[in-house]
Amino acid sequence: MNALAVEIPWGVLLAIKAVVILAVVPLGALVLGYTFLLKMMSHMQSRLGPMDPGGFHGWFQLIGDGIKFLQKEDIVPDEADRRVFALAPTVVVISTFLIFVVIPAGPRLQVANLDVGVFYALAVSSLSVIGVLMAGWASANKFALIGALRAAAQLIAYELPLLLAVVGVVIQAGTMSLQGIVSAQQDGAIFGWSGIGNPFILTQFVGFLLFLIAAQAELTQTPFDMPVAESELVAGYMVEYTGFRFLFFFIGEFGTATAFAALAATLFLGGWSIPGVHGTAADLLGPLVLVVKLMAVAFLMFWVRFTYPRLREDQLQALAWKVLIPIALVNVIITAIIKVAI
Amino acid sequence: MAKLPGLIGGLGITFKTMLKGAVTVQYPHEKEAPPTRARGVIALSEENCTSCMLCSRSCPDWCIYIEGHKEQRPPKREGGRPRSVNILDRFDIDYALCMYCGICVEVCPFDALFWSPEFEYSEPNIASLLHNKDRLGAWFATVPAPEPLEVGADSGKKK
Amino acid sequence: MSTTEQPTTPGFEVDPAAFRHLADAQVNVELDTGDMILNMGPQHPATHGTLRLVVRLDGERVIAADPVIGYMHRGYEKLTEFRTYPQVTTLINRIDWLSSFANEVPFVHAAEQLMEIEAPPRAQYIRTALTELSRIATFLLFLGEMGLQVGALTPAFYGFRDREHVLNLIEAATGGRFHPNFNRIGGLKDDLPWGWISETRNVMKIVLDACDVFEDLVVGNEIFQARTRSIGIIPGELGASYGVSGSNLRASGVDWDLRRDGAPYLAYPDLDFQVFTHPDGDSFSRYWVRLQETRESARMVLQLLDGMPAGPIMAKVPRIIKVPEGEAWVETENPLGQMGYYVVSKGATGPFRVKIRSASFSNVSILPWMLRGVYVPDVVTILASLYFILGDIDR
Repeated sequence: MNALAVEIPWGVLLAIKAVVILAVVPLGALVLGYTFLLKMMSHMQSRLGPMDPGGFHGWFQLIGDGIKFLQKEDIVPDEADRRVFALAPTVVVISTFLIFVVIPAGPRLQVANLDVGVFYALAVSSLSVIGVLMAGWASANKFALIGALRAAAQLIAYELPLLLAVVGVVIQAGTMSLQGIVSAQQDGAIFGWSGIGNPFILTQFVGFLLFLIAAQAELTQTPFDMPVAESELVAGYMVEYTGFRFLFFFIGEFGTATAFAALAATLFLGGWSIPGVHGTAADLLGPLVLVVKLMAVAFLMFWVRFTYPRLREDQLQALAWKVLIPIALVNVIITAIIKVAI
Repeated sequence: MAKLPGLIGGLGITFKTMLKGAVTVQYPHEKEAPPTRARGVIALSEENCTSCMLCSRSCPDWCIYIEGHKEQRPPKREGGRPRSVNILDRFDIDYALCMYCGICVEVCPFDALFWSPEFEYSEPNIASLLHNKDRLGAWFATVPAPEPLEVGADSGKKK
Repeated sequence: MSTTEQPTTPGFEVDPAAFRHLADAQVNVELDTGDMILNMGPQHPATHGTLRLVVRLDGERVIAADPVIGYMHRGYEKLTEFRTYPQVTTLINRIDWLSSFANEVPFVHAAEQLMEIEAPPRAQYIRTALTELSRIATFLLFLGEMGLQVGALTPAFYGFRDREHVLNLIEAATGGRFHPNFNRIGGLKDDLPWGWISETRNVMKIVLDACDVFEDLVVGNEIFQARTRSIGIIPGELGASYGVSGSNLRASGVDWDLRRDGAPYLAYPDLDFQVFTHPDGDSFSRYWVRLQETRESARMVLQLLDGMPAGPIMAKVPRIIKVPEGEAWVETENPLGQMGYYVVSKGATGPFRVKIRSASFSNVSILPWMLRGVYVPDVVTILASLYFILGDIDR
């Protein structure tokens, strides 16, 4: 990365990148949590949400909650497996951090421009399944166990629609690198007109919908929140976690929501790019554009979350295996045929 | 006209509600006035009370504590009998026990107890919820005037 | 009550092999899996209060279920032995606390029967209006809260938001939002305040709009239908034999409503209303029936307001009420089902003995039968659709 005219030693660069990733996840969790969970959900329910903390519409609420969690007593159930219990939230959060490694925020603002960016992102996001299973097993709690087993089945089932939805984009872009996909959208043209580039949401609309549905399931959000069914399992696999361990899960959940929203924005909406803006201007505007696009995607995800009831586990599985995967396969086939034929 | 699938219609409803605005009343910055008849707290009019103990006996929770004694007063007219009046020593209502049923207010034959819609008297310790005679008298200022009744009500005797 | 002692419902100690066919045996037949006993214990968001449901699970299928009630027993029937009639009227508000006014009505009716007096027509109309308002209040909460149990967060808030208007009406008339304590033997405590009738008309419009919102947001939602159709089917005759009553029974196709079919009480003989049944008997039909009944209650309230007679609201009763000796049984169509009071009086200022037949107690008795072979999420749906109140079960 050489945005400035100064040569930055690679050690310092590595440190900067690490700090950026470590900061982006809680920040993303905060912003998404505040905007959608606290404010949008409240207004959809005819109420205001937090208004007092911090004075102006309660912006301090989540930060205050975070501080509150940090100073809580560390309770580990008597019969729990201590080491696994402690490691589980860490595994979940690590997978979130790792996704942000490949998401580009500008033509030169990227932690790592992997040639297999998409493959890497999706592979790494499925690490959280292990964390969830660890949490459910180590809690020594039947409700947690049920939640963890449901989560494992669900998260694995929905990996496939997620992957197949993205394959269409990869075929169309011709590359698995996320920077390459963004460039393909920025410099592309729709029937010769390059006014708005070629955002893949137009041609891959089916893929976009599938990605959203599968991402909703990967995040265990309603209508796929059986593992965390609040009215049955009271937080499912997270039920025995309190204090800062729960904070990790919370940051992991909303951080992953940010990551998936950013991925969707990058794959389907053009990521950081505005057609016609290149170079340093794109470096400066890129993060802002990416944030706007990911908030739009997150709005859709949370809108659905707060409106629908949840599907039962077997209905959820049937939806994945019998409906989404065939549609995704058909999408891939059609995309491939059109790419080769046209 | 074909009906939208329920999934889309549901999204429309939540979106519309989001735009419509919240119905929250931000207590304690904004307050809603309770209706006139709201049973908030009981006020005592000490001069009317004759320690007949009817309220204390009819309370389902036995939360009213009354102690009184009789005193002599000079007669009204010359040559009459000295009058005896009841002096209240103690009239406590324990709001930690009170069910807010209103039986005491209803059975009082001398109109010494009144309902007031005041409700903001919560205390950090339970013992302070025992309101004594003076405090109950102080609530009297918040007792609203009886409101007019609906059309068709019998304006004769109202128990 | 120890949480580790084994429940004693007959049939709970089952031979798991006999129920394998219910539990998707294709996968389990090679694996030697064991059963898990899960305690959906007194504190649980799905059990609407302190109901303890001990279920024996095979994976996610329930093999046997045992509801353990009594965590909220407050000894109502014993309490009434040492209270006077006005005091008892105050206490019984708290049996079904969501529709409190409806709890007082059968008791006061029984006392009036023993005293052989009748409340004046205006009092009957106002009593009916308040009963129907409490029915609307509790059903609005149900319509929202069942959505919540099934997973949708928003309908619950809409239910509470629209219920506030009805509670404000009840508070304006009686002084208490939840516990009106408004019935007296012979009539009512007070007449209505000025402007109540027009305010109620406005609120009924809000209620009817709210019912439309629930119809679009919840009933029309395909996911809700997938979660509730064919779940927890109660065959009509079996339900009646277990004592299930109210909307639960009407949702199984049994056309029985005490407001129309039982002994005439309050102003119902003067009203023109429809009784809704649904042939399916599943959780969806219970939701649907209660939605229609909410609408119907709103229309009934409007009829009552239009036809409200003028006059006194209290019959001539002595100051200290002593009910003559005798026994009376009155049952009414409460929002939760059929509620009845058997009042035994020995001529004192208070009843000698009151037996309370509460609707939820019998509604819950069908749970062990109904929960065999369902999934764990369906347990929650079924509990929500039966709509019981713990205060009503345990008294």
